[in-house]
Order: sequence, then structure tokens, then C-alpha cells
Amino acid sequence: MPLLQIAEPGQSAAPHQHRLAAGIDLGTTNSLVATVRSGVAETLPDAQGRHLLPSVVRFSAAAAPVVGYSAQVAALDDPLNTIASAKRLIGRGLAEVKQLGGRLPYVFVNPDAAVPRIHTAGGDLTPVEVSAEILKTLAQRAEDTLGGPLAGVVITVPAYFDDAQRQATKDAATLAGLNVFRLLSEPTAAAVAYGLDHADAGTAEGIHAIYDLGGGTFDISILRLTRGVYEVLAAGGDSALGGDDFDRILAQWALEQAGVNDGADHRTLRQAMQAACNAKEQLSSTPTADLVLNLPDGRQWSATLDRAAFEALIDPLIDRSLAACRRALRDARVSVPEVDAVVLVGGSTRIPRVRERVAALFGRPPLANIDPDRVVAIGAAIQADLLAGNRPGDDLLLLDVIPLSLGIETMGGLVERLIPRNSTIPVARAQTFTTFKDGQTAMAIHVLQGERDLVDDCRSLARFELRGIPPLVAGAARIQVSFEIDADGLLRVAASELTSGITARVEVKPSYGLTDGEIAAILSDSRQHAGEDQLARRVREERVEAQRVLESLRAALTRDGDALLDTAERTRIEDAMTALAATLNSIDAKRIGDARRALEQACARYVERRMNHSIQSAMAGQRVDAFE
Amino acid sequence: MLDFSKNYFELFELPLGFAVDAKRLAERYRTLQAVTHPDRYVVAADHEKRVSLQASTQVNEAYRTLKDPLARARYLLSLHTGDPGTDSETSKDGAFLMEQMELRETLAEAQSSPNPHAAVARVLTHLAEQSAALDKELAGLFADPTSANLTSAREIIRKLQFLDKCRRDAEDLEGLIDGRY
Repeated sequence: MPLLQIAEPGQSAAPHQHRLAAGIDLGTTNSLVATVRSGVAETLPDAQGRHLLPSVVRFSAAAAPVVGYSAQVAALDDPLNTIASAKRLIGRGLAEVKQLGGRLPYVFVNPDAAVPRIHTAGGDLTPVEVSAEILKTLAQRAEDTLGGPLAGVVITVPAYFDDAQRQATKDAATLAGLNVFRLLSEPTAAAVAYGLDHADAGTAEGIHAIYDLGGGTFDISILRLTRGVYEVLAAGGDSALGGDDFDRILAQWALEQAGVNDGADHRTLRQAMQAACNAKEQLSSTPTADLVLNLPDGRQWSATLDRAAFEALIDPLIDRSLAACRRALRDARVSVPEVDAVVLVGGSTRIPRVRERVAALFGRPPLANIDPDRVVAIGAAIQADLLAGNRPGDDLLLLDVIPLSLGIETMGGLVERLIPRNSTIPVARAQTFTTFKDGQTAMAIHVLQGERDLVDDCRSLARFELRGIPPLVAGAARIQVSFEIDADGLLRVAASELTSGITARVEVKPSYGLTDGEIAAILSDSRQHAGEDQLARRVREERVEAQRVLESLRAALTRDGDALLDTAERTRIEDAMTALAATLNSIDAKRIGDARRALEQACARYVERRMNHSIQSAMAGQRVDAFE
Repeated sequence: MLDFSKNYFELFELPLGFAVDAKRLAERYRTLQAVTHPDRYVVAADHEKRVSLQASTQVNEAYRTLKDPLARARYLLSLHTGDPGTDSETSKDGAFLMEQMELRETLAEAQSSPNPHAAVARVLTHLAEQSAALDKELAGLFADPTSANLTSAREIIRKLQFLDKCRRDAEDLEGLIDGRY
């Protein structure tokens, strides 16, 4: 029996208002959008009835970017302007991508920079901007189908994506003009789709393993479902292992067999990859497949590949995925027999050899009854619907984890781990530092992700520069730095000097990402380009947020204002509300913002009190339940 | 922010002590997150979201602390004495330290043994048994938190820290061995 929630935290003044929401699976090879209509989560097709949208964008000088199948068709003829698999690039530096063995047939403008820009006929673009085009297309599809603007979306990311990759995904959504409700881990999304599926069968509790082998990434998640609460016990994977790698190994084999050396041109490479991909897919249903290549010297090469030979080529890749599975089980402190179900996600799990070996590791046949291409988007849609507030009786709750440890650089190039991997989010840790020199007013903290002890072996996340530290004698300052990871898995750093109480200004310099300033600049450019009045936009945004605050407070006061506030406090709050309401017609964004902040300050204690009250009610409710 | 006058045990409505009902702890955790988690505040105003984030973070910290025997013990020690100790303190028990050195040697040799996986598994089992025995002692000491008992508890916690570090090293080694298949 689901727990009765006596209080209704977080629901705004319009509890029965239905908000339009969608789930987006932003995949390496293909992307999908799904939404819940009449209680059913479904992926949305394009005008030609195709649900999958190839994650390919073609840029040209004169026209708008083209996304999807038409772009894919152009890839062979126009490889430099047709960008595929941008997901392999977001949140990564070019050197890293090269290290991971990706051969990228694009022209990079600044190969040594933190954020590579791809030179195309449509401009020099970051991978974030490429992904934004895909998101725009899918959001449009959802809005056209639903007949209105989206209040927000849930976008899935590989569980093993680090902070830089997640932030880049969120940045892409910002550039696409989307409000992100939540960044959701792909395996967790799949678990949501399956868990609810089995709710009727009464088997909606237990330990589930999600094996997600997509186009470019591999994720393994071990989750426990207990009465509507899905807890991730451990997340692992390989953010550079996927179906694309299966294609690459096969393409390399083909090129070698064809006597083509490493200097194959882009066109031949693309051709080989395509032929390999087709052969791989064919071998899932037929015992042999033919590969044909039209070589640059005019020859045509062909060969027939059988399953055994194919499996010998891909087994080492499958080995890697299974080692990650065993590690995740160890991290979760779960033994193989304790796993109640194994779920397969991702197109590459259609390969019979993959299914065979996963079944062998877990000692049971894996589940794949929901289309492995669509299951992630479906789960995301369900979550989006829930977060939008469209399912008031539903108590599904997802508790996810960070997949990598978070640490800081200390003396001698070492990393001190602050937050261990598989910590449930949101999570925070504080560390106190002091100054080296007399009068020091600034400090830089280098944050990294990874499990190794040396800085060079971990992934640099960002440098946080703290400024405005009061000048004191060396060693006298007590600078408390808090590292906060939110429910999206994104890091925020705040710092204050304890003896003086002064809050330090934190400037973020991402190692592999765009700064807030850079994102704002891109947005500003594109809005200017679209002829938008940016001042008017800012006023609109402030107005919307102000209205949200007023609505939520009105609802709150109605519910418990009498119980939780004395007259003086209530009057103060209501006065601030009146003052804010008076600014709503203003064209001065700052005026509205200042009034809103004043109101937030006035009701801060009230909001905390409400939270404590909700907790007490829920705990009391549980005690009542316990007696039944 | 949650009511800071409450300690973690009070927040979870559990009796103050080392022995914790794991099932009840987990149930209470789910209840608390169901109320505080940011997912419940996605369409709420910013100031509500901030409180949710702080509260949910604190619930996670409390759960993490109460779930792990070592963290729980240090937390109890800090509640009783105001000093949780640091993880760099060493045990004073010579015999215990000798035993730990031997365990570490066994671990070092495990990699070159004929069955490294089994060798590491044996070390882990031994560590688990030792930890369980110490946990039992702690339960008794914290049930009667006199000054003398708290001092003894502090020493046991130092030992548990050793065992914990050894366990983590053994687990890392297990991963290394597995990675080589």
C-alpha cells in the first residue's frame, strides 16, 4: 500500500493543472522523444512515422541546420559538415577523444582548446551547439504533437557521464530553450519503464541490474526497488564503449582485409563504418553477412563474415562490459544470485553474443520485452510526467548516485577524495582550508573526478577561484569550502571565511566545458539573430518567477499559514507579497527581481518550518502505517 | 534547513545507540526522501527548491552515517564527547597491529598466489569477522556510555578504522585481479 502523504510539499497553487512534459533520450547514434498521454508513455514519430531520430546534424552556409535522416544521407557526400555522434564529444577535450581511439572526420578549429569547435559551412560550432539542434527538433516534435509549449523535459544521460559531460548536456538544453526538470541516468530511466511495467504482476520489488549498451556508451546500474522507491546501489560503465566500437572493430578488420592502410580518407572510413554497421545488424538475425567496399583506387572489395568470426572480433569489447558489471556488483555489495532481474537496453543488446554472455554472467535470461531502442525515452517520459506534477497519487521516487569519486588536488600532484563514488545524491561535503601567505585574498581549488591517487590519472573537472577572502596573517583564515552535488549530479562550490563570515566569490573555470559567460554569449547571439528583444525577455523571465513565488506562497498560507505563523511574521510576508505584486507590471527587471528576493528573505524561515512540518507529518503517517 | 537541534537519530526517530534496526532505518530513509527530495520540487519556486536541496542532502548524510557501523560509532562518540576523533589516529594495541601487518602481507602475496581471487576473499572474510566482533563490543560500550567505556570505544574505533582501510585495499585489489581476467 503506498504511503499516504499527509502534506503535499512542492505542489503549486494549481494542483490540478496539467503541465506538458516530455522525456528525451539524447543518444549517440539515435535520439527519441516520448511523452505520456492518457496515462500511457509513448515515443513520438516524425511525419513519416519514424520514432528514431538519427543524432546527425548537417550545417550549411545558407540554410538552417538539418537534423536526422536527411542529414544522415548527406554524411557520405558532405562528411565535414555533417556531424554525427556529438555525444562522444560533449564535455570532452579533443585530446581525450583522440586518446579514446575515435577517428573523427571533422575539421577542428582549435584542437588544443578545452572545448573543441568543429569547422562547418554553418560556422565554427561546439558539440554543445550540435546537440542543441537535436534537442530543438525533438522538442518541436513533442510540442506539435501535444499542441502547446513544454513546461519542461527530462533528458537522459549515461549513468557514467561525469560532471563535465552532464553540464554540457544541460548547456545544450539551455541553448535549445528547454527547461530541464531533471537529468536522468539512462539505466534508471529503463528501470522506471520496466518497474512500472511489472507493478501489476506484483513483482515490483527486488534488485534489478540494467545492462545498457548504447551507440557510444556502456552503463551498468544495480538498483533496488522497494515500495515505489528506486535506489541506485551502484553505477558503473565505460563512457567510451558502445555499438560504434563494435562497428569500428569490424570496419578496421574490413579495411585491413581490403589492403587499405591507416591513411584511408574520410569517405572510405565512413563507408567502412556503414558497411560494418549493416553487417553487424544483419548478423543478429542471419548466420552470415556480406561486406562490400568501393575503394578509392577504383577496386571493389567484398567478403562474407560469419557469426563465429564476428563474435571473436567483439568478444574483447564484451569482456570490458562484463568486468564493469562485476565491479558494480561488488560496489553494490550484491552477489549474482541476489539479482532478481536483468534488463537489456540499447540497440547493441540485440546482438545474440551479447545476450548470451550477459545471461551467463547473471545466471538468468535477460529481459528485453520493451523495445531496447525506446525504453530509455519511455522511462524519461514517465519521470517527466511525474516531476511536472501530473500524477498526484504516484509516489515513485528515484534516488540516484554519482558514478565517480570527487576529489581535490593537494600537494605533490595527489588527489584527496572528498565524496566517494556511488554516494546517493544530493550530497555535500565541506572542507576547511587556510592561506599560505600573509594578506592572501584568493585561492584556487582544482576539482577532479576519478578513483586514482594522482592528478594526472583523474579527470580534471574545473578550477574554482575563490576571491574576496579577507586579508589575514598566513594560516589564520578558516575558509570553509562546500562541495555540493545536486540531483542532476552537477557540482556547485560555495566558500566562506569562517572567522569573518564573509562569503567568497567563486569563479568557475571548467576544464572541458563552456563558462556561464560563453553560454550566455551564444544564447544572446542567437536571440539577437532571431530579432528578439533581450530586455523584454529578461522582464518576462523575472515576472514568471515572481508569479511562481506568489502562487506558491498563497497556496502555502492557505494550507498552513494559521498553524505555522504568528501574526507579526504573517503580516511581514503578506506585505512583501503585496510589494512584489505591485511590481509585476513594471518594465524594470531589476525592480521585480529585488522585490522577489526581499519576499524570499521574508518567508525563508516559514519555508523551512513547512519542510520540518511535512517531515513530521510523514513520519507520523508512517508510524500509523506501521500499526496496521 | 532541517531542524538542527535534532541529531541524526532523532531525525530518523531511532533510539540513540549503536544497535540500529536496519529495516526501520531504511524505511524511515525512504519516508524522509519522499518528502524532501528535489524531485518533489521541480515545478516549485526557487526558494522552496533550495530548502529541499539542503534537507535532502542532510537526510542522505544522516543515512550514510547511521548505516555504516564505523561512521555511526564515530558519530555517537562525537554526540557523547564532542570529539569524533580523526581517521589518522593509530591503535595502541600492539598485538592487534601485528595481526594487521600480517593481514597486509597476506594481501600483498595474494596477487602472486595460485588462486588470487580466493586468497583475497579469505582476507575479506577474516576482516568481516573481526569487524563484527568489534561491533558487538561497541554495542555494549555505547549502551552504557560512561567515561571509561567511551575511552574504550574510541580505541575500538581506531581498530575498526584499520580494518576498514584494509578492507578497501582488499576490494581494490579484487578489482585489479578481476580487471585482468
